[in-house]
Amino acid sequence: MSAQQASASAAGTAPLDVAAIRGDFPILHQQVNGYPLAYLDNAASYQRPRQVIEAITHYYTHDHANVHRGVHVLSQRATDAQEAGREAARRLLNAAERAEIVFTRGTTEAINLVAYALRESLRPGDEILISQMEHHSNIVPWQLACQRTGARLNVVPINARGELELDEFHRRLNARTRLVAMAHVSNALGTVNPVAEITAAAHARGIPVLLDGAQAIAHRKVDVQALGCDFYAFSGHKMCGPTGIGVLYGRREWLERLPPFQGGGDMILSVSFDHTEYNELPYKFEAGTPDVAGAVGLGAAIGYLEGIGLDAIAAHEDALLEHATRAVSALPGVRIIGEAAEKAGVLSFDIEGIHPHDLGTVLDHQGVAIRAGHHCAMPVMDFFHVAGTARASFAFYNTHEEIEQLVAALGVARRMLA
Amino acid sequence: MPAETPSLASLYRQTVLEHGRQPHNLRPMSHPDHLASADNPLCGDRITLYLQEREGILSDVSFEGRGCAISLASASMLTDIVCGLSPGEARRLAASVVETLGSGKGGLPGELAALGEVHAYPARIRCATLAWKTLDAALDGAGRPAGTA
Ligand SMILES: Cc1ncc(COP(=O)(O)O)c(C=O)c1O
Repeated sequence: MSAQQASASAAGTAPLDVAAIRGDFPILHQQVNGYPLAYLDNAASYQRPRQVIEAITHYYTHDHANVHRGVHVLSQRATDAQEAGREAARRLLNAAERAEIVFTRGTTEAINLVAYALRESLRPGDEILISQMEHHSNIVPWQLACQRTGARLNVVPINARGELELDEFHRRLNARTRLVAMAHVSNALGTVNPVAEITAAAHARGIPVLLDGAQAIAHRKVDVQALGCDFYAFSGHKMCGPTGIGVLYGRREWLERLPPFQGGGDMILSVSFDHTEYNELPYKFEAGTPDVAGAVGLGAAIGYLEGIGLDAIAAHEDALLEHATRAVSALPGVRIIGEAAEKAGVLSFDIEGIHPHDLGTVLDHQGVAIRAGHHCAMPVMDFFHVAGTARASFAFYNTHEEIEQLVAALGVARRMLA
Repeated sequence: MPAETPSLASLYRQTVLEHGRQPHNLRPMSHPDHLASADNPLCGDRITLYLQEREGILSDVSFEGRGCAISLASASMLTDIVCGLSPGEARRLAASVVETLGSGKGGLPGELAALGEVHAYPARIRCATLAWKTLDAALDGAGRPAGTA
């Protein structure tokens, strides 16, 4: 039994047929600089299976028109197609109703939407509780809201393994806290945060919780009702879907309470010059012609992931991460950045005497695509006293051979640069 | 037709690796006449360049910062090459080096020629030009006292 099979069966799921899965991804079958492409930059963006590309092509070939506007057949088909994408997102998150699924451009816009809408109710001295491991897109929107209102950020520190300091989290929750905004999974470290515990503690004090699910959504089963969170944000492109579309899940109670984000068509029921009545959920938050093809592609991506099964995906990726961690740690001069007890999909590391940028270039030369840099998480880099790290990040279509290719390429880089 | 794959050995020439490992003039300067700092937003690296001017000539040049082999080598070579030039000459050189690194057309002075391959790596051009752009910023309005640059 291979390591991969052993781990998959330990988790009680059948091992993935990775070769068959890879057959669905045309982009993976190419040579880069004379080597087979090993795409290990999935935390930045996933690749898309044929099924997603074809769904988008089919939509533009047969069904496109503007949504909610025409009585004609194409407009109805486009509206249905968009709503099918919304229903798929509802199912993926196990949201109570479709009206709680707001389409955005991505995680960043979803978080900005909440930060903008919440701004009206923030007062000087109020606090937004975030963590030290957040992506810039879960820091800067809150900073902007704070600048305008006199509210402030309270930042929960992390420990040397890259885990949230839970005691500090509980200590910092207080009567001034207006929202907890945390990553479900850290993109720079791979840390999986104890989001159910975080949410329960916040709710015990009546504080709402937003989870940045950008790095969790393709790796783990997410159930927003079980988690109890009030908002959950993710991006289509980080789960085999198109760029330019994402989701903000918001509990009805909250979406009803918040004011609209942008104004325009689709988000209104009636407009006159002295009064505008907003549309029902979720359309109140979706001004202007939406990315219908994006919603179609997102729906196809969700269907694809569900077809494979998120538990089987998690088991395969955990085996890849375990293999990569073991093999990369064994190289001289390597320091793994982020050694949380629970991790998903990400291996960040530093090799003594080699700048991550140089490493990235030498790896690219051997067909291995990784990310080198600060991963939009500069506070994390400061904490670990590095300018950046090299980051290999895994998807269900990655193979153990690709990890061997990574390790071999790292050996070449070390001989050349260290 | 795809461009021929550039060779790694021509990007990481021995000269570049040596400067990158042991950069020249990597030290702070206590009373520089000119200084400027710049970030490479791609990787979070930052460099600070210090220049001392005596009778219209750059008499001492040093830098601090962290970076990849390419950016450190470029900064290290800069400190060697620019010392002895007038601020005006240094700025003209900076402009031509930035242009040449980006386009791959034209020659580069001295050891800097070793960085000539960088134009084949568009993502890395900024690493090579960072120090030279910082030099230009430091000397922008030459003669301005340090700290106001
Ligand atoms: C944890 C996390 N949050 C937010 C984002 C932003 O996602 P997007 O750029 O798709 O809006 C990312 C993307 O890298 C991420 O990894």
